[in-house]
Amino acid sequence: MMFLIFSSAGAAELPVYELKIKEHRFDPSLIEIPSGTRVKLMVKNLDATPEEFESYELNREKIIPGNSESMIYIGPLDPGEYGFFGDFNQDTAQGTLTVK
Amino acid sequence: MLGTIVIVFREVLEASLVITILLAATRGLLGRSQWIGGGAAIGILGALVVAFFAGNIAEAFAGIGQELFNAGVLFIAVLMLAWHNIWMSSHAREMVANLKQVGSNVTSGKLPFYILSIVAGVAVLREGSEVVLFLYGMAVSGSDSAQMTLGGILGLAGGVATGTLLYFGLLGIPTSLLFRVTGWLILLLAAGMAATAAGFLSQAGILPSYQPLWNTSEFLSEHSLVGQILHVLIGYQASPTVIQLGFYLATLVLIGAGMYMMGKQKNKTVTA
Repeated sequence: MMFLIFSSAGAAELPVYELKIKEHRFDPSLIEIPSGTRVKLMVKNLDATPEEFESYELNREKIIPGNSESMIYIGPLDPGEYGFFGDFNQDTAQGTLTVK
Repeated sequence: MLGTIVIVFREVLEASLVITILLAATRGLLGRSQWIGGGAAIGILGALVVAFFAGNIAEAFAGIGQELFNAGVLFIAVLMLAWHNIWMSSHAREMVANLKQVGSNVTSGKLPFYILSIVAGVAVLREGSEVVLFLYGMAVSGSDSAQMTLGGILGLAGGVATGTLLYFGLLGIPTSLLFRVTGWLILLLAAGMAATAAGFLSQAGILPSYQPLWNTSEFLSEHSLVGQILHVLIGYQASPTVIQLGFYLATLVLIGAGMYMMGKQKNKTVTA
């Protein structure tokens, strides 16, 4: 079993960061990643409704259907703050990615 | 309700501007409205299907199905727009001549009309599926359905109205210049689509990802109406990566070269 996990992850041993969507909010709403590194952002939508993870600064947009999870590659990036939001619930779904 | 209006408006606007440019660019070609309208109608059906299978698409290809799908349909649209422009560069003169005659609706040449249908369909499909998913989410989370419907209708009307304004603006261009202007618009539209498609491939990890080259969102945000319109029309992005810029310029150069060569060839046969 461990072997299976390792072999499937072996293609890209990138650090994984988890981001939950719950009640149209991001949890955590502040994420910190190291600069100059590519990471995988695992977005888990715990709501029943679809959400679109979107960020102009990060050049990312991906629909995360309700009750499902999806992977988004991010970086390598320079240090700084990069905003992201849930396109379908912009009033509440706001977050910031800090690159250090 | 304002949120619904804004989101529906934005998505409809993108599709509406694309269709507007197609309609202006093919002015005088008999039957083009039906082909473009038909494509848009199929696009609406497609949007429902894509929204329904959003979960399956997202999970396909080890979780990058959505990116591949988006990049794929965008590249198809880019190819169709390239074809259109290259064809036009050798037929624009006839079309201008035809438009200047009384009873201007004449068929000219053999532009395969289904390429218009495909571009219109793809534009509606991409934006429409987001509208469907958004409205579905609103409905499921128990939003007031009357407010939601009204918001949707107002957003739709606003998007279509903006496209219509652009259409009449384009028709104000003197006939002899019209196809030159629409040719440029389509060229930039295609380049912008190619850059967006490249962004999806970076997001999927197929193309590398880099630090954005610059960030002009303080100056002109893609959130703003002007930023959004420019995003559709010329592919404006507040913070593009070198990959996206590369795809943008390569598309400009490749289609531009095709247009130039076809135009030159045509001139030769005319003078010969």
